[in-house]
Parts: sequence; structure tokens; C-alpha cells
Amino acid sequence: MLGEKVLMKGNEAIGEAAIRAGCQLYFAYPITPQSELPQYLARRMPEEGRVFLQAESEIAAINMVYGAAGTGARVMTSSSSPGISLKQEGISYIAGAELPCVIVNIVRGGPGLGGIQPAQSDYFQATKGGGHGDYRLIVLAPASVQEMVDLTILAFDLADKYRNPVMILGDGVLGQMMEPVEFKAVEPANIPKPWATTGRKGREKNIVNSLYLDPSRLEEHNRHLQEKYKQIAENEVRYDSYRSEDAEVLVVAYGITARIARTAVEMARADGLAAGLLRPITLFPFPADAIAQAAEGAEALLTVELSAGQMVEDVRLAVNGKKPVYFYGRTGGMMPTPEEVYREILKVAGKEVAE
Amino acid sequence: MKVVFERPRALSDVTSHYCPGCTHGIIHRLVAEVIDELGILERTIGVASVGCSVLAYNYLECDWQQAAHGRAPAVATGIKRSLPDRVVFTYQGDGDLASIGTAEIVHAANRGERLTVIYVNNAIYGMTGGQMAPTTLEGQVTATTPLGRDVSRAGHPMRMAEMLATLPGVSYLARVAVNKPANIMRAKKAIKQAFMVQIDDLGFGMVEILSTCPTNWGLHPVKALEWVDEAMVPYYPLGEFKVPGEVKEE
Amino acid sequence: MARVEFNVDRCKGCELCTAFCPQKIIKLAEGINKMGYHPAAVEEMDKCTGCAICARVCPDCVITVYK
Repeated sequence: MLGEKVLMKGNEAIGEAAIRAGCQLYFAYPITPQSELPQYLARRMPEEGRVFLQAESEIAAINMVYGAAGTGARVMTSSSSPGISLKQEGISYIAGAELPCVIVNIVRGGPGLGGIQPAQSDYFQATKGGGHGDYRLIVLAPASVQEMVDLTILAFDLADKYRNPVMILGDGVLGQMMEPVEFKAVEPANIPKPWATTGRKGREKNIVNSLYLDPSRLEEHNRHLQEKYKQIAENEVRYDSYRSEDAEVLVVAYGITARIARTAVEMARADGLAAGLLRPITLFPFPADAIAQAAEGAEALLTVELSAGQMVEDVRLAVNGKKPVYFYGRTGGMMPTPEEVYREILKVAGKEVAE
Repeated sequence: MKVVFERPRALSDVTSHYCPGCTHGIIHRLVAEVIDELGILERTIGVASVGCSVLAYNYLECDWQQAAHGRAPAVATGIKRSLPDRVVFTYQGDGDLASIGTAEIVHAANRGERLTVIYVNNAIYGMTGGQMAPTTLEGQVTATTPLGRDVSRAGHPMRMAEMLATLPGVSYLARVAVNKPANIMRAKKAIKQAFMVQIDDLGFGMVEILSTCPTNWGLHPVKALEWVDEAMVPYYPLGEFKVPGEVKEE
Repeated sequence: MARVEFNVDRCKGCELCTAFCPQKIIKLAEGINKMGYHPAAVEEMDKCTGCAICARVCPDCVITVYK
């Protein structure tokens, strides 16, 4: 199906993209709303002579990822919010040991068992840590099934390039919806991994490890990690914008919410109100400079999320008090309509809104 | 005169952090001797766990990964599935394997992962300072069972070898001790078998090794060896619980 | 004729070798090593049979045996 467009569900598209990117092993535990992904790979990975393994838990799955990533193989796991919480211990170890891997979170509403409907309430967990210690994931937020493909392929390259875990932060809508996608020819970045534990034949022994009992060495390790995150922030910011150049009201939204917000922006423009949209594609690194720049000409900003207000904190930090930043969110799996978001744009613009 | 006993090549030439008389050192040496005898140093990857043996990666000359507490069998599964022709072993204590890591060990064994597990049972938490382990014996005094382990509240000591022997994926399972010369020889033979079932692709192999903790038991190292026979062996009987016909004879 | 050699500065003085030596010729030395332990030592080396039991019970791989 190279080059031609095929109709695929988002979850399955991630699976196929992982295969194209050279993912050799996939470990996961079933959870709604991402189970189509393990189901797809349960069939496809053996077809390609690769490893699919249904682990006994999310904890085991992420630790299998640790082990396999430590051998230098491209490896992936996926889950949804409660399962990602379980993986946090392993993610912290992976970040500490600087192992490349891809972690997919098809977010559902929380906290706790929450529900199975789409949400964006894991933004803090994905971008601010989640597990213990000072670490960062590279976080990619697709807004279409095609982008799920493209960003999954990119995720594997970034993981290898920076020896860092990369998270695909999707949501239940993107995971479940079908759209036409194109699989372009992929040339996975071939980055040498001399640190991998493959058996010490012909070299000194390698140790994959995150333990530094000497405080000065642990601080040195942390400095090295922070330097790496700084480089990632300098090189890997990605975002998309729609009519943001002359926007009086700048809407900031990511993922599925950005698509709803874009329709709302179009409605505003049709009514003569200069609205625009800035859509972060990388949530870490966050496109703070782009937002600050786009905010310069705006009267106000409106962040829309499927959460009680998480990314809005980063938007406020980006704007640094220079412009008012408003928030509109729905939670629990409830989705805002474009009309709802348009009403918020009108309010933010100081227009009369008929309740 | 020729050398009849010396440091095995696979054992690093360093001073360990283990307390005087702690038999972790003997077990490390036995694993190193087996690695040397099988000629597998250059294709072996060890997985260190959390506990006193957390620094095991400093003591054996093979490649290593250091795993989160209890997760060594999952990490080892990831390594082995990625590199099926390598030899992968975990080195885990009783807190790691029999408490926080029960799910990982049970399922790795049940899948028949081609792994070798060195399971060190000394009936106490060493690294954290002598608290109750899942293997702590009834009545045994520890930092968190100051009046002795009361099984009606703290549960019973867990016999992991017997439990895991019920799983069809397990190919070799033995319990040995390293408290006297004859037992040390038997322990080495069991460790070798547990590596050989992996190399021969027969399934999961594990050796539970009764070990001492003189420091946290509050016993002189020599008395600690005696306590293994007096207190541990009656509850944790030594022997082979599962042996595949194919590699029974050396 | 056999002989044992102790890597003195690696010895932690745990006395497992002294307990198991069939000839009972291993004792802790009066002096201390660089870790601060009284290390194991043999005074009557001519009684050593080279059985290597001391080396096999040593947790710190201190002993090399010649025969």
C-alpha cells in the first residue's frame, strides 16, 4: 500500500507506521480505547517476523520495553491513561537510563478509572514528568490519522537521535476514527548504538543503568540530561497555525480539539471576527516562542482543551502576562461543539453573546 | 605447583560492597564459574535487581542491565525476545522476586521464557536494614516484626520454588544452599543446569539459593551458616523440583 | 606440597575459611588490612593439602590455591 491512500482507524495506523519505522518489538496490555493497536500488531508483527507480546501488566510491558530498548532494538508500547499511570515507574527508569523507545497514550477521561471516552487530561503527566525525578519525554500530539502515521515514524527517529523516550499523545477520538492515510517510503534514521547490551564480544562490557549512588555523579548525569532537553527544545519544536498572523483572538489547542477549534475559527472569520489558531504538534518541547510571537498582535488568547485546564498553564508562561489568556475545557469524555468554542471566542473578544 | 583454584575470569577483580561473610559473594563466584565453564561470557547479559545485589553489574564481566525493583524478569524478557541467541539471566533477592516482583516472575516462568533466574533467599531485607521479607520465617525477629513474624497477621513465608514448579513453562527448578562446601558444589551444579536449559532452548530455569545475612540476622558469619541448616532448610527443603530429562545428566 | 595465597587487602575477616579448613591451619592475623579487618592467614603452610575448601567457601574470592 506504499504511496496509495488507504482508509484506516487511528489506532491501527499507528501500528502500521511503527512497522514501517522498523519497530522490532511491541509489548502491551489491552485497555480501551486503544485495543485496536495491540490487536492489529498481534497479527502484523509475526507476519513481519517481529515480536508481539501481550504482557501480564502495563508495568511488565514497559519493563520489557526497557530490556529490548537496551539491546538497541526499536521498540514500542501503547496504553491508555490508567495504564500509562502504571507505566510511570518504568518510564522514569527509561528516561534515566537514556533508552530510546516509543510510548503511545490514547488518552481517556480520569482521574481514577474515569471513563473510556476521549480526553486530554494527561497533559501534565506527559509533559511535566509523571514519574519521579527530573526528566522529560518528547511528546507528539497528532490531530489526524495521517499525522498519527507521520508522527509515529518521526517518534522512532527522535527517540534514537536523542536516546530518549517519545510519547505519542492521542485521544480516543483519533484512535477510533477512520481517515484516508498515505504511507510514504520510510528511511528510518540509522543511528549507531554502541551503548547497547548485546553481549560484550569484541568490546568492554556495557551497562544499562540509572543508578548513581555518588551524589556528584548523579548531579553530573542530571546536568547532562538537562543539556539534552535544552537541545531538544532548540531543535524539535513543531506547530501548525491557521490564520494566526492577524488574529485578534488567538486560539491555542492541540489534537482533536484543534480540529474543533479550527471550525470555530472559520465561523468567527465568516462573521468578520479575526480569530486564528495555533496548534502545538510537540507538547514537549512546547512552542512557547511561536505562541508569544503570535500573541503580540492579539487582544486575547483562548486555550481549549479536553481537560480542566492543563496546557493553558504553558500558554500563560509563554505569554508571560502580556495578554489575557482564557480557558475553555470539557472533561469526562464530553466534547465541545464548534458552536460552543465560537461562543467562547466571542466572549473573549468582548462581544455580546446570547445565552 | 600449578593453580588449582583461582578467581574465575567472569568475576570482576574488585572488592564487593557485601558485608563480611555474606554469601552473595559465593553465589556471584559460582555464576561466574558457570559462565566460564560454558564459555558464554561474550554472549551473556545479566539483569541486576534492587536490593543488596543492586550493584551486581560491577561484579560480573558480562553486559548488564539494571532493572527496577521486581521487574528483572520483564526486563530480561525484553532482552531475550530481542536477542534470542544470547544468554540472559536475572539475579534477584527475595524482596525483589517474592514480594514486589511476584507478577513478573510468575508470568515469565509461565511463558517459559528462555531465562535463567538466580533467586537469593536470605529470609530478610538486607539493603534497607533488616525488615521482614516474604520469606521471613515464622517467629523470626526483624526490624518490622520486632516480636517475631506472626503468620496470622503477616502471612506465611513463601516457598517460591514449590509455587513456580507447578507451571508448565518451567524446565528446571531447584533449591540449594551455600552454607557448606558440599552444598556449594551442589549449588554450582544447579546453576549450571539452569543455564543449560536456556542454552538448549528447553524453557525457564531457576535456582533458589538459601543465603545468609549475618549483619541483619545478628549472627557471626559462621553461626549464620549453621542457622541456614537449623531454621531455613526445615521450611525450605533442598532439592530439584523440576528437571527436564534431556539435561539431567552432565 | 600445596600452598594457599591470600589477597590480604580483599579479606573481610569473616572466618568462613577458618571454620571449614580440614587442617585447621587458617587463623585471623593480629594485624589489620587496609579495610581495617584482621585478615585470614596460614602459619603452618606445610600442613596445607591444597583441598581448596577455604577458597570455595570464601565469599570474597580472596584465596588462590596451588598444588
